[in-house]
Amino acid sequence: MRNGRAFWLFVGPFAIGLLVFVYVPIVWSLLLSFFDARNTVTPTSFVGLRNYADMLTDKPFLSSLGTFSVFAAFIVPLTFVLALALALLVNQISFMQAFFRSVFFLPTACSYVVASLVWKLSIFNGVRFGLANTVLAWFGAEPIAWTVSTSPPWYWLVLVTLRLWLQLGFYMILFIAGLQRIPHHLYEAAWIDGASRGWQTLRHITLPQLQTTSVAVVLLLLVAAYQAFDEFYNVLGTDRGYPPFARPPLIYLYYTALGSGGQDFGHGSAGAVILTLLIAGVTLLQGRVITR
Amino acid sequence: MKAVRYLALSVAAVVFLIPFYLVLRNGLASEQEITAPSWTFWPRSIRWENFALLFSDPAVPLVRSMVNSLVVAVLQTVGQLLLCGLAGYGLARIPYRYANVVLYLVVATLMIPAAVTFVPTFVVVSSLGWVSDLRGLVIPGLFSGFTTFLFRQYFLGFPRELEEAARIDGLGHWGTYWRIVVPNSRGFFAALGVIAFVTSWNQFLWPLVIAQDQDAWTVQVALSTFLTAQSINVSQLFLAAAVSIAPLVVVFVGMQRFLVRGVTETGIKG
Repeated sequence: MRNGRAFWLFVGPFAIGLLVFVYVPIVWSLLLSFFDARNTVTPTSFVGLRNYADMLTDKPFLSSLGTFSVFAAFIVPLTFVLALALALLVNQISFMQAFFRSVFFLPTACSYVVASLVWKLSIFNGVRFGLANTVLAWFGAEPIAWTVSTSPPWYWLVLVTLRLWLQLGFYMILFIAGLQRIPHHLYEAAWIDGASRGWQTLRHITLPQLQTTSVAVVLLLLVAAYQAFDEFYNVLGTDRGYPPFARPPLIYLYYTALGSGGQDFGHGSAGAVILTLLIAGVTLLQGRVITR
Repeated sequence: MKAVRYLALSVAAVVFLIPFYLVLRNGLASEQEITAPSWTFWPRSIRWENFALLFSDPAVPLVRSMVNSLVVAVLQTVGQLLLCGLAGYGLARIPYRYANVVLYLVVATLMIPAAVTFVPTFVVVSSLGWVSDLRGLVIPGLFSGFTTFLFRQYFLGFPRELEEAARIDGLGHWGTYWRIVVPNSRGFFAALGVIAFVTSWNQFLWPLVIAQDQDAWTVQVALSTFLTAQSINVSQLFLAAAVSIAPLVVVFVGMQRFLVRGVTETGIKG
């Protein structure tokens, strides 16, 4: 009994908050997803699975899942390889190591909004005085309308480089931490066996030893890409500009549930439930792989 | 080989610093210099008056939104460390019949990123009447299952001898936590605190959803509104961006050790 009181003294405040702000919303939204809930959160007309059927046959929603896949197909491998390369380079030097690590990590201080501002209005603004077009002009190339160009879809280059700049440092730090946990005697043993210092030790010692870190990084990247919102919203603009451009799932949910066309919580909730199930699947897989 | 390494790192470093350079250049230049057909590397005369214009412009509520962001970030950092620290300790160290049930409920939320449930959370928060309200901005973000879980894992590894010594001195759980455990865990609290502050300062989706009145905007919402608006003063916008990054650069320079530790803790165990 004494323990019970002490336990709730410590855990109680958090547990109440978790209940009210995490579990109640989830249950409420599960309920809303079975109702016609336009502009109301206390709906009365039960529609069964119709919201789900609507969402799963809704072209824009399905294409938003496709968008996520395209985005992930570029951003996940690129971030992985470049972050690992930076970590290996930084980890191998001694002079100015802290300086380089700080420089690559510094973008983490920027929000996606600030990065979108720089990318949209300064680097890739599509006019002659933009940085990217200035550089192109040095090579005699014509300016490109980066963020409004759909064929070829140059806006993908804008979105992918933006996210790369923002997140590379974070994952580089994770890889450096992983590299520093590798026991040094493994390398010494390999050198005695005649392994070269470059590719062979990387392939047979470094990469296998980094397995846990690598799996964590890939899954963190996947979940992060899935939740992409900020840069798509800020670089590509409002819902009016959307149809020709790709939009990720959260952007679509945002406009369905809270957009200017009225608040549709039924469809919005059904979409949220579908996304949650998909992400929970990925995370369960993560737990399975890491604890194995 | 060594030279190649340093060359590669230097080139990468320059590329990484370009966006920071652009923020400063555009923020301190005149509109004509930014839009000039040939690239000006640095404004010929730095327009310090841009600062005065920025802070006095009634259309850009920069001061108000910076204050909002600061209040939200500080409250969320302190609140998370307080609530999640206590809960993590209780789950790690106080034996109780239903402790496992609570732990499962916490761990289950790790599979659901908060961003994905913004619609349901908005439904609850709006029915509490917290739209465009400080409470709506701060409170839903306090109850991080992830932070609680990290605290629990950390406290599981806390040296028991220290706690037992405190017990012999007559301290209960509460006294042991505040007088022995917290003072000996400053580094861990600092690491998670810095991460919480940076995340809170930079978050965008939730403030965008909940801060609908201009008075409640955080600095990210304010910047975004002017970025997506039709007519904007480019150099003012960049200067505002520079001002919005400044507090975090201070955090980065002053607390990098904790920040790196925080990233490692939150990244790998996630």
